[in-house]
Amino acid sequence: MKIAVCLKQVPARDGVLRLNADSTWVREDDVSFEINEPDIYALEEALRLKEKEGGEVVVCTLGPERAAQALKEALAKGADRAIHLHDPAFQNLDAYATARALAAAIRQAAPDLVLTGLQADDDGFAQTGVILAEMLGWAHSTIIMEIQAQERALKAKRELEGGWFQWIEIPLPAVLTIQSGINKPRYATLKGILAAKTKPLQRLGWKELGLDEEALKPRQKITKVFVPPKSGKVEWLEGTPREIAQRLADKLKNEARVI
Amino acid sequence: MAAGILVFAEHHQGKPTRAAWEALAAGQRLAADLGLSLTAVALGVELSPLLAELARTKLDEVIALESPTLEVYTPEGFTSAVFQLIEARQPRLIIFSHTYQARDFAPRLAARRGRALISDCLSYRREGERLILIRPVFQGKFCAETEFVGEPPYFVSFQAGSFREDSVEAGAVPARVTHQAVTLAADTIRTRPGEVFREAKQAVDLSQAKAIVAVGRGIKGPENLELARKLAEALGAELGASRPICDNGWLSMDRQIGSSGQTVAPNLYLALGISGAIQHLVGMKGSRTVVAINKDKEAPIFEVATYGIVGDLFEIVPPLIEEIIKAKSA
Ligand SMILES: Cc1cc2nc3c(=O)[nH]c(=O)nc-3n(C[C@@H](O)[C@H](O)[C@H](O)COP(=O)(O)OP(=O)(O)OC[C@H]3O[C@@H](n4cnc5c(N)ncnc54)[C@H](O)[C@@H]3O)c2cc1C
Ligand SMILES: Cc1cc2nc3c(=O)[nH]c(=O)nc-3n(C[C@H](O)[C@H](O)[C@H](O)COP(=O)(O)OP(=O)(O)OC[C@H]3O[C@@H](n4cnc5c(N)ncnc54)[C@H](O)[C@@H]3O)c2cc1C
Repeated sequence: MKIAVCLKQVPARDGVLRLNADSTWVREDDVSFEINEPDIYALEEALRLKEKEGGEVVVCTLGPERAAQALKEALAKGADRAIHLHDPAFQNLDAYATARALAAAIRQAAPDLVLTGLQADDDGFAQTGVILAEMLGWAHSTIIMEIQAQERALKAKRELEGGWFQWIEIPLPAVLTIQSGINKPRYATLKGILAAKTKPLQRLGWKELGLDEEALKPRQKITKVFVPPKSGKVEWLEGTPREIAQRLADKLKNEARVI
Repeated sequence: MAAGILVFAEHHQGKPTRAAWEALAAGQRLAADLGLSLTAVALGVELSPLLAELARTKLDEVIALESPTLEVYTPEGFTSAVFQLIEARQPRLIIFSHTYQARDFAPRLAARRGRALISDCLSYRREGERLILIRPVFQGKFCAETEFVGEPPYFVSFQAGSFREDSVEAGAVPARVTHQAVTLAADTIRTRPGEVFREAKQAVDLSQAKAIVAVGRGIKGPENLELARKLAEALGAELGASRPICDNGWLSMDRQIGSSGQTVAPNLYLALGISGAIQHLVGMKGSRTVVAINKDKEAPIFEVATYGIVGDLFEIVPPLIEEIIKAKSA
């Protein structure tokens, strides 16, 4: 089975984010980036399917120069080759245009299965994989917590709200969006890191992908990013750790009456 | 008459879900603000009671897309059916609640129409002709004002709780109910859904707990859970967790609190190193007293906290255990 995995690089979780000068996004110069968490699970799932069923894992990202790091990490973990969609024309694309570009690359790679994360930790549109399926004309399913390979089809376990699940059967080719927790992702080994250096990393711009301006034009735009207003009902407890502990114990006993 | 606004009414076996009412509440507000007509659409079989219920609210029309193919949800079936309706009615705005079902098919529907879906919105604002949607980014640390570019139709989904289900207005007269035939070739449905189920019965029922100490990724590693356990013991509380803790296998899945875990409403909820993502908050915001300990003052968890402590949980929890034991015995 040939599997493509879409990886997005997002600002690291525990970094401090600051707004840029015109408040349209965060300052990217002083944050470090990492692979979007559900995408790490998607990659792991692809590697496991390959180990069981044979085949190839192709990783794919759309992003600036820095995004190549995500691909290198994936190659070090065991992906076979990588595609970096990189072009000045790819800046600030919306989910639709991002999926357009990814779809063009995926058509060229011709996998049986595409795995994406269920949503990106930064913009969180939770759409790219589903739009991609529509553009490819393939079946899809979302928020997947288990995959079993069958003959030209898959069984996939969808997570539903409130602890409910559902198995679905889905024919290949297909797109699945992967939920965090589906597996235990591996770490790259030293051997893997060394092997990654010789694996193919292809760079494609919009011309190579046969895209035109129409395909990439925005359908939505972010005009302003701001810190959400605080409703301010919280009572802050301050002081040394000991003082805070005493105050909280007192509040819990005498105000909230829960101890 | 062009439909103006079309609201997708999700239902569970013929009963409108809370998400359906919230989407309808959003639709009513937008219809009034933008001066547009309002239509609700439901998909399935034998929808009459549902249609009657929807028709009692303040809207212009309720449309039923009825077909045996739509009895069980599939993304292909729902995408095709609603797409046909959109082509026929040419609405300007299509509204969803950002549920698992909408996440599953609304992006596909919007893409088929070649348009954007602005998903997971919290609210909107009108500025002249501009419709500005406000949605969380970076897991709620910031909000972004987002607008459509180009021609309608525009697709929008709202986050759970953005509009109140009890704010749905009743109508003066019952709205018109239309049954619309949909033709779906059976072979358009490629995914085959099975029964919905729950995992083996949960060993821990947190819904009845009087007090919960919940740990998040701020706990760093499983070796530190002992600290949280001691605090829980001192408080006579159950231990709960955010999703990543259960994903990592540090605690069992049945201790997960949130949209894909348990919903709890204890008298005391003490959150240790939890950022307060919406999927976590929906599972615990009914708690009476919420204490949040987090080193980041901007963490969204503080928005639902009664008492907020900005600091390192590893410095605060050890003396807290002692003080609670003291207070209890005093
Ligand atoms: C400076 C800046 C400005 C921006 N301005 C806008 C704007 O004006 N309008 C707007 O709509 N968006 C804007 N964006 C965000 C936009 O580029 C999003 O990344 C895009 O809309 C995809 O949505 P998402 O990231 O929420 O992905 P989701 O749909 O939440 O992601 C789901 C999954 O899709 C895959 N995926 C998503 N993106 C990629 C990618 N690039 N490469 C590989 N796989 C991917 C991953 O597997 C991911 O887990 C801006 C971003 C930046 C950095
Ligand atoms: C479809 C879907 C369903 C989901 N369902 C759920 C669900 O049911 N339940 C759920 O919880 N999540 C759920 N999630 C995940 C959710 O979006 C968040 O990713 C998750 O809740 C984050 O967990 P966290 O707060 O523990 O981690 P993080 O967001 O990483 O936050 C860790 C926090 O710890 C703080 N911290 C770090 N070190 C310290 C320290 N020493 N002292 C004090 N504070 C510290 C940090 O400041 C940070 O705020 C779901 C997501 C999706 C997309």
